[in-house]
Amino acid sequence: MAGFMTVFGIWLGFFLTMAIYSFLYKDNPFYKVAEQIFIGLSAGYWFVYTIYNILIPNLFNKLAEAPSKHYLLIIPGILGLLMLTQLTPKSAWLSRYPISLMIGTTAGIGMVRYLSSDVIKQATATMINPFVAGDFWSTIGNLMLVTGTLTGIVYFFFSKKHEGVFGGVAKTGVYFLMISFGAAFGYTAMARISLLIGRVMFLKDIWFVNLTELIAKLFT
Amino acid sequence: MKKIETTRWLLYVLIFLSVLLPLIFQINLPITETKVARGVYNLIEDANENANVIISFDYDPSSKPELQPMAVSVIRHCLRRNYNMIFTALWPMGVQMASGAVETVRKDNPHLEYGTQYVNLGYKAGGMVTLQKMGKDLRDVFPADMSGTSIDSLALLDGINSLNDIDFIISLSAGVPGIKEWIMVGHDKYGRSVAGGTTAVTAPNILPYVNDQNQLSGLLGGLKAAAEYEKMTGASGTATAGMDAQSIAHLVIIIFVILGNVRYHINKKRGEE
Repeated sequence: MAGFMTVFGIWLGFFLTMAIYSFLYKDNPFYKVAEQIFIGLSAGYWFVYTIYNILIPNLFNKLAEAPSKHYLLIIPGILGLLMLTQLTPKSAWLSRYPISLMIGTTAGIGMVRYLSSDVIKQATATMINPFVAGDFWSTIGNLMLVTGTLTGIVYFFFSKKHEGVFGGVAKTGVYFLMISFGAAFGYTAMARISLLIGRVMFLKDIWFVNLTELIAKLFT
Repeated sequence: MKKIETTRWLLYVLIFLSVLLPLIFQINLPITETKVARGVYNLIEDANENANVIISFDYDPSSKPELQPMAVSVIRHCLRRNYNMIFTALWPMGVQMASGAVETVRKDNPHLEYGTQYVNLGYKAGGMVTLQKMGKDLRDVFPADMSGTSIDSLALLDGINSLNDIDFIISLSAGVPGIKEWIMVGHDKYGRSVAGGTTAVTAPNILPYVNDQNQLSGLLGGLKAAAEYEKMTGASGTATAGMDAQSIAHLVIIIFVILGNVRYHINKKRGEE
């Protein structure tokens, strides 16, 4: 028989699962409680985790152990404190400095990497010889890749009216887009069902087993 | 209105039963392999002996049903191939996910040893910036493992100083930062082979990276791919167990989509008349 905290955890998990699924009936206090516990726990966990796993080892410990070696860390420390000025309207303008630095840095680093990975390499991956000797289906797949990419791009070219041959190509692009949206929807349905499977497995393999154990204990 | 409400409840009940019943009465529907999932298997299977592998746990408990079976299978596979496994996390809760996966693997590998077969470096904030720094100096980013032990005292990490000393990277990812950042930095900047698994929702955005440029060597997208991987490695787990339920639930959804469309067209025709 499992310990008290384990049993408590199982029943709490059961209650919260049921509370969340009760939303299928309608919005209700049980759902609200479960939702707010989830949000509160996430925020609390993140807050504590940030202090103990980011701020203390990366900032406070280093400054305390060797201030002369790590004195530059004072700058990000001050920038971090400036973020807290958001809490009062009068001083909120000061938070623009760390935010602008973060956005600028992210954009600078991201621009180079995204240009390389999402533009150059992705475009290069489309510039292929579609015909694979002895492999009919790979050839069909490659032709679809090239056709789908080109017609999809044509659809998003709005400087010319979509009519005639150009319109036909753009319409083909729409079909490719619709098929890809359909595939994405299918994947989303699969993800949601997977989560339901996870919960049902918990109910069947953990909660129900615990319930039968408790009932057996009550009657023996 | 009452009819719509009844249909809604009927759908909920049917979906619940279509998940529950196959979990109780297994029917073992066939699981077919896909080329992108095979790519992940081949990357791990074909690496050199004693390869250094980074397995990045970039997800939290909300994606556990989909990604944890992949994590367990990947660790088992790397263990069977005798690779040096280095766990990291770009998500804070990824550290606990890694520990959970190790505990599952330990059940059939009780001699799994920390420090010689695997190490857990823990979570590091910063996403792509952190990965770029790991590319230059891994020891500066992770001076200690998750429990505070200096990485200089961990035998497994001898000679590993940057991403250039890593043979391949596996990212199990539920969003940002995750597998995309590993592709951009790990493969596109440092030339390391990258593969991994994602939730089904994320998979369509990541699949284009499995391309002629080998930005991604392979991808496991959702529970179906996790089951494929379990089949390839010959060790059934929770993904395989859930596939019957997944298939039957999809069948119910497809039937309802068709019925909904038929109903819509009948109503439209009646309206026209």
